[in-house]
Order: sequence, then structure tokens, then C-alpha cells
Amino acid sequence: MKIGVLLKQVPASDSRIKINGDQTGIVTDDIKWEINPYDEFALEAGIQLVEGKIASSLVLISLGGKDAEARIKDGIARGVKAKPEAIRLDDAAFAGSDPLGEARIIAAAIQKAGIDLLLTGKQAIDDDNAQVPAMVAELLDRPQVTFVEQLEVAGDSLTAHRVMGGGQVDVVMSPVQAVVTCDKGLNSPRFASLPGIMKAKRAKIAVWGAADLGLDAGTVGAGAAVVSEGAYRLPADRPSGKIIEGADAAAKVKELVRLLRDEAKVL
Amino acid sequence: MEKFSGLDFYNIDQHLSDEERMVQDLCRSWVEARVLPIIEGHARNGTFPMELVKEIGEMGLLGANLEGYGCAGMSNIAYGLICQELERGDSGIRSFVSVQGSLAMFPIWKFGTEDQKNKYLPKLAAGEFIGCFGLTEPDHGSNPGGMLTRAVDDGDSYVLNGAKMWITNGSLADVAVVWAKLDGDIRGFIIEKGDPGFSAPEMKGKHSLRASVTSELVFEDCRIPKNRMLPEVRGLRGPFSCLNNARFGISWGALGAAMACYHSSVQYALSRVQFDKPIAGRQLVQNKLAWMLREITKGQLLALHLGQAKDDGSITPPMISLAKMNNVDIALQIARVARDIHGANGILDEYPIMRHMANLESVITYEGTHDIHNLILGRHITGMQAFF
Repeated sequence: MKIGVLLKQVPASDSRIKINGDQTGIVTDDIKWEINPYDEFALEAGIQLVEGKIASSLVLISLGGKDAEARIKDGIARGVKAKPEAIRLDDAAFAGSDPLGEARIIAAAIQKAGIDLLLTGKQAIDDDNAQVPAMVAELLDRPQVTFVEQLEVAGDSLTAHRVMGGGQVDVVMSPVQAVVTCDKGLNSPRFASLPGIMKAKRAKIAVWGAADLGLDAGTVGAGAAVVSEGAYRLPADRPSGKIIEGADAAAKVKELVRLLRDEAKVL
Repeated sequence: MEKFSGLDFYNIDQHLSDEERMVQDLCRSWVEARVLPIIEGHARNGTFPMELVKEIGEMGLLGANLEGYGCAGMSNIAYGLICQELERGDSGIRSFVSVQGSLAMFPIWKFGTEDQKNKYLPKLAAGEFIGCFGLTEPDHGSNPGGMLTRAVDDGDSYVLNGAKMWITNGSLADVAVVWAKLDGDIRGFIIEKGDPGFSAPEMKGKHSLRASVTSELVFEDCRIPKNRMLPEVRGLRGPFSCLNNARFGISWGALGAAMACYHSSVQYALSRVQFDKPIAGRQLVQNKLAWMLREITKGQLLALHLGQAKDDGSITPPMISLAKMNNVDIALQIARVARDIHGANGILDEYPIMRHMANLESVITYEGTHDIHNLILGRHITGMQAFF
């Protein structure tokens, strides 16, 4: 069984985001990039499946420019014991793709690479769209299992525990030819190692473009996008909190209840 | 407090290779995730975080700049970055890695037999063995050549007598590289935990490096097989070549402690309001912060250039002395100024300041005191030694 893991390069979670002058994106000059944290759970799950000899091989796939190679190498360094292959999907024709365009590119790559089980994060923390995995599953006509916090693979099927609201867990079975999106709690992603980093340095990362994937360039990129982004804006500043004054705790609670009832209107 | 995301005012980063950047990111995130949440507790209790050793070994941080025998074979700059990031966590963690890599593994790697290398290095690299280095004695610190520890040739064994002091990792160590005089010549010996006549009592009562184990090594007719001597070196050149490697790492490491103090100071000054305004908006505080940034940036340039010189082979011991001396000195001063910016809060272990300050009081003394490094430079400048 061949495992595919999608890795997306995103701004580090503690980045201070600034919007560029024409509101078409964020200022990337001072951004430190990292692997999307939810993809790290997918990566760790993939490495474990190969290490546990449940899967035979691991392929890391990232849609992105040359600068995304550092993230792929990070993935190779962590997964060094699983000897991952790596593919970067890059072509001028891909620029400006919307989630459906991205899903078409990735789906074509999954087919070309012969991936059985595709693991990825439940969403990317940059735009929080959570669209691409579902679209990839649809385009490949495969089941998708989302928000997975426990995963067992045996033979041709997998059993996944999905996070539900209110502490409930949904247990799902599926054939392994599926798209699984991973959530926090699935595992503890490992750190890279220095020998892994040295191996990653020498690793070859294949680059596949539209022609390699047999994709009609008219179905991807800005021209094919059905979703367009209007403008980027930062959320409005939150109003500052209110400190309730009062002679004693009882008086403060009374005032709190009044505010919740009369001003916030939640009681 | 806002997470530390690096301090690189002069774009040192652009001079690093991809793998050096990856090593730095790895160590930074590891320190954030594993060291910072537990270090104050260990410092308070005077315990070394043994729970970190396995992971340090798995990551390949031990002997990272050595080739072969399970070591990663990375550049010296990568080794420096490791020291910097670890010491942002705590000087004790960096000391553990320095001692294991530069003082225990390096002499075996450089001066040992093939059998010795194969026996010890892979286990030391993996963190399965802990190593230490015995040079300093109770009455011979800055003057190691006057050491009293003796080895005597006795048939198929060497027999050691004497005592070493201030030995990082001593009581934890499975392997000790010990320097002793054999027929008047300083030679290196590998002592194993459990060797007859060898003990390593821990030194207690430290106000500094509390999250690190410091010990005596005692040899009372300690008998070891002859194949435990390092054959390829004699004289002070042996231990000094180890110290040069460790001092190189310290010149980077001290910057990590300085960065932690600087980062905490900036965050504190921005959030601490006095007279209706954050103290960060006051000239006296800005002067202190600007001075900290200035000194750290100069120290980074020293360390980077020294790393490049070590990687291309043009490094000299006086160059290392200057960087070790300067960078530890400014780190200690920065810790003191940081304490001042933090006001009374600076003495609490809610902030890392006093821990780093107390640690640096050791770091400025071990591996050649500040004054000894001045004398090394003085000899370099004048051609006249002024040690004695």
C-alpha cells in the first residue's frame, strides 16, 4: 500500500500577519514558513504506517513554488526512516488556481503516483478553507473521512475515529483507497533529526507540471477559477473588556448578571 | 509571553545553508516544546532533565559536527546554532551537549583507536551512553598542567590515583575521558562507570547551573585495561584541543542565553505600564534595549565569522578565546540589565532572567576564565606569556 501525504507551506502560526497595499494578499517579507500544523499529523501517521510495515511506501506531495522545497525537505528529514519519495507540483499554468483547480492538480498527481491512502490535515491554517481534500476525494471518486483523531489500517480497510461536537466520537470504516483528513490528537509529530536533515539535503524532489500530469491547462490556474478573492482585510479590533467594579464579590456578581441580561442580552 | 521567533538584526540567516537553517529551526522548536515548560522546575529542584537525553540523542545533537560512527557530520556553524538554541533554554542543557560532543566524544574520535571509536561513539551519539571529561582538579583549575592525578603502568593495566572536580555530567556518566600524568606526560584515559576504584560523587549546593549535574571524579587505585588509553596524543594539546571545540560552542551558546534575556525584556517593557505608559516608551529603557541588541548583534557576527573560520580551517585558539570571552561577558551583562528592566519581577522564576544570570556566572569561569582568555590574547599580542 502506498501512502500519500499532502504538505502545504503556511506562515508560522505565531506570524504577525500584515495585508499588502492593494489588499490582494499578505506581506510575505518577514514571514517564517512552516508545514501546516495539521499536515504534520498526517505526515506522522504516514511515517508510522510505513515504519509499522502496514504500508509499503510514503510519498510527500506539495503544490507550491521552489520555496516550498524547504518544507518538503523538513518532511523528508522527519520521515527519513520511511524513505519517502517527494513530488512538488509546480507550473506557471497553476498560478491563481482556486481550491477546485488545486484539487484537480492534486487529484491528477495522486493518480499518476499510484497513491492508495491519501492523508492530509483537516485544513490549512493560512486560509482555513478545508475545501481541497473533499474536492480531491470527489474528483477521484473516493470516500473521504474528515477530522480523524485515531486511525487504524488493516488489510484493505481502515477504521477512523472522527471528532464530533460535545465529546462524541464517530467511528467510520472505509476502504483504504480514501482521503483522510487528520486532526490534533491523532499522534505527536516527531522532530526531525540531524542525520535526517543531511539525507534530505541530498534527496531528489520530482517536479511535475501540467504536461506531466496530463492536465488541460485550461482547467486549472486563474483562468479556470470559479471562486475569486475580493480583498484581504484584517479583522476589526476587538473592543476592550470591561472590569466590573463593586464593593464586594456579591455586588460585582449582581452587576455582572445585570450586564449579561440588559446589555449582552444573553440571559 | 510571545513566542521567541529568532533575533537576526543583521540577517545572519542569509549566510546559513538550508540544512543549517533546518537545524536551527529544529532546535528552536524543540527547546520551545520540551525544555522551556520544564526547565524552571528542574532548576528549582536542582535536577538534570534526564527525560530529554533520549530525544537529544535521537535528534542527532550529540557530536553533531563529527563524521562517522553514528554522528551527523554537520558543519561547525550548525553545531554553533545548536548550542545557541539550547542555551536559550538553559546553559545546563547546552553544557550537557557540549561536554558530551566536544569533550567526551571528540577526544575519542580524534585520538582514540578504531576499537575505542566503535565501542563508544555510536552509543554516545545516540544518547545511550553519557560522557564526561576530567581535567580540572581541586587545586588545579586555570593551571591544568600542574595536575596531580597520576597513572602508573602495572603489567596489563594502568592504575590511576587522584581527583577531578567541577565535572559536568560526572555522576551520570557511563564514560569519562580523564587526563592524568603517566611518567610525567599528560595522557587521556577512558574510564567506565563501575571500574574498580572509581567513584563520582555529585557536588551539591550550587546557585548556578542547577539543572546540570556537577561532580567530583575520585580515583583510588582505579585499575583499567591498557587498551583504554588514547594512543594518539600526549601533553596539554589533547585536552586543549577538546576545550577549543567546546569554547567555540560556548561562544554561540552564550548568545542564546542573551537572546532569552533580551526577548523577555522587550516583552516585559512593552507590557509593563508605569506612569500611564509602557516603560518601553521611556528613553532609559530604550537605551538599555538598544544596547542589548547592539551587543548581541556584534556577538552574532563574531560567532558566525568564527564558525566560517572553523569550517574552512583558518581558526586559531586566540580567535576562539576572544569570542568565548566577549560573548559570555556580554551575555552576563545583558542578563543583569534585563533583571533591572524587569524590576522586582526579574528575581522571580516566572521569568528566565535570574536563572540565565546565575548560569552565566559559571559559563564565564568554566572552559577558561574571562581573565585566562585575556592572557591568551595578551600572549598573542605581545609574544610574552603572563600566566605565571
